[in-house]
Amino acid sequence: MRAFTRGLIGIAVFLALWELLGRSPLLPADALPPPSLVFGELVAQLTSPEFISHVVATVLAVLIAIAIAIAIAVPSGLVLGSIPAVRHATRAVIEFLRPIPSVALIPLALVVLGFGPETKITLAVYAALWPILFNTIYALDELDPLLVETSRVFGTGRVGVLFRVALPSALPFVLTGIRLAATTALIVMVSVELMAGSQIGLGYFIMEARSGPGRMDQVLVGTVVAGAIGVLLNSGLERVRRRWVAW
Amino acid sequence: MSNMLEVADLGHTYGDYEAIGGLTFNVRAGELVCVVGPSGCGKSTLLRTISGLIAPSRGDVSLHGSHLAVVFQDYQRSLFPWLTVQGNVEFPLRSLPRAERRSRAAEALAWVGLSAAAKKRPWQLSGGMQQRVAIARALAYRPALLLMDEPFASVDAQTRFELEDLLLRVRREHDTTVLVVTHDIDESVYLGDRILVLSGSPAKLVADLEVPLPAERDQVTTRTDEAFVALRSKVARLLNVGGKPTLDVDKWAAAERESLSETVSS
Repeated sequence: MRAFTRGLIGIAVFLALWELLGRSPLLPADALPPPSLVFGELVAQLTSPEFISHVVATVLAVLIAIAIAIAIAVPSGLVLGSIPAVRHATRAVIEFLRPIPSVALIPLALVVLGFGPETKITLAVYAALWPILFNTIYALDELDPLLVETSRVFGTGRVGVLFRVALPSALPFVLTGIRLAATTALIVMVSVELMAGSQIGLGYFIMEARSGPGRMDQVLVGTVVAGAIGVLLNSGLERVRRRWVAW
Repeated sequence: MSNMLEVADLGHTYGDYEAIGGLTFNVRAGELVCVVGPSGCGKSTLLRTISGLIAPSRGDVSLHGSHLAVVFQDYQRSLFPWLTVQGNVEFPLRSLPRAERRSRAAEALAWVGLSAAAKKRPWQLSGGMQQRVAIARALAYRPALLLMDEPFASVDAQTRFELEDLLLRVRREHDTTVLVVTHDIDESVYLGDRILVLSGSPAKLVADLEVPLPAERDQVTTRTDEAFVALRSKVARLLNVGGKPTLDVDKWAAAERESLSETVSS
C-alpha cells in the first residue's frame, strides 16, 4: 500500500511539473498543452467512435503481431535450442538480422507489401521475434539435465522430452520474452503508423492531429493512450506469468 | 529365488579413463542390495549404465521385467516444478487411462504418507517430503527394479532415518526389488539384505556380503547390534577407510563432466 501511495505521489508530481511547464512562457504557446487540457480532450476523444476505432486498430494489430511472433519464435527457438547443428548454421544470419531496426525496413516493406495493415504487422512481428526467440533458446540451454534423465528413465522419448519437459521448463523464460516483445511490438506499430502513411491507428491519429489542425492536445492524447496500452500489456502479461508460472 | 537383475562383466570407459572395470553381480527378486564404495568410484556410472541412460563400453545388463525406476539424490532437480505432487507421480503413467493414473498416484502417495500433499507443488514441501514424492513416483511406475542413487544424502540426519525406515517398510509391503547406491557404510548395512563393496576407480567388486540381520530393523537397536557393528567395521576395512586416497580427483571430475554431456546429447 505504501508503494502504491508513493507511486501516486510520483504521478502527481510529474503532472504538476508538466502543468507548470505547459503554462510557462518559456515554451511557445500551444507547443506543450498542460495535462488539464489534455485530459479534458482525452475524455472527449474516448467518446468519439473515430478515436476508439484508431485505438482498436492499433491494439488488434499489436495482438496479432504478438501471436504471429510467438507462433514463429517459440518453435524456431525449440529447434535452434535443441539441435546445435541448426543453431551453428543459422548463427551468422541471425546475428546480422537481429540488429536491423524495424523502421529501417519500412521502405522495403512498403514496396513488397503495400500500404495495408500487413506492412505494420509484419514489421512489428519482425521486431517482436527476437526477444521470444532468444529467451526460448536460452531457456533450453538452462534445461536441467537431471529433469531430462528423470523423464528418460520413465520411458519418455525424444519428442516426449521436448514437449513434456523442455517446453514447460522453458515457459517462464518464454513468457518474459513475450512481455518484452509486446512492448517492442507496440513501439514499432505506432512508429510505422506514424511514418508509413497508414490510414488508421493511433500513430495515424497522432500524425493527423499534428499535421492537419496542429492540435497538440490531440497529439498528446494519442501519446498518453499509447503509453496506457503499453502499461496494460506489460502488467497483463506479468499477471499471466505470476498466475500460471509460479515456480 | 530368481534373479531380477543380472550384470555380467560390465565395464565403462570415458576416453582413456576407466570408470567401471568389469562388474558381475545379480540382484534377486524382492531383495534390497546396497552398492557401497568410495566417493567417485564409478557408482553413478554404474547406476546410469543399469538404468540405460548411457550404454556401457562392454558387458551386459539384463533386467527380468519390463522397466525400472530411479530415485536420484537431488530431489529438487528431479521433480518437475510445473506439475503438482500428483502430476509428478502420474508422470511415468501417461500410457494408462486417466482414472487408473489417478488411482495409482493416490495409492503411491498413501504409501509414503503424502496423500494430503497431492495438490501442492514440490517446491512447497520440505526436502524429506520431496524425496518421498520421488519415491512415490518410482513406486507408482511399479518397476521390476527400483534404483536409488544416494537417495538420502541430501537430507538432514533425522529425516534420513525416517526415509530409511520408510523405504524398508514400503519395500517389505510391496515386495519391491531395490538397488541402493550409497557411499554411507552405516546406511548400506542398515538397509541392505546384501552389500556389494566396490573399490575405487576403476570400480571393481571387492566383496559380496550377506547382511546377517533380521528383516525387522530399528534405528536404535539395530545400529547397536553386534552383527551390525561387526559388518560395518568389515566394510570399512574393505573400503580402506582412513587409508590413503586412491582417487585421482581431476580425472574423476573430467569423467563426470563427460558423462553429463554424453547424457544430454544422446
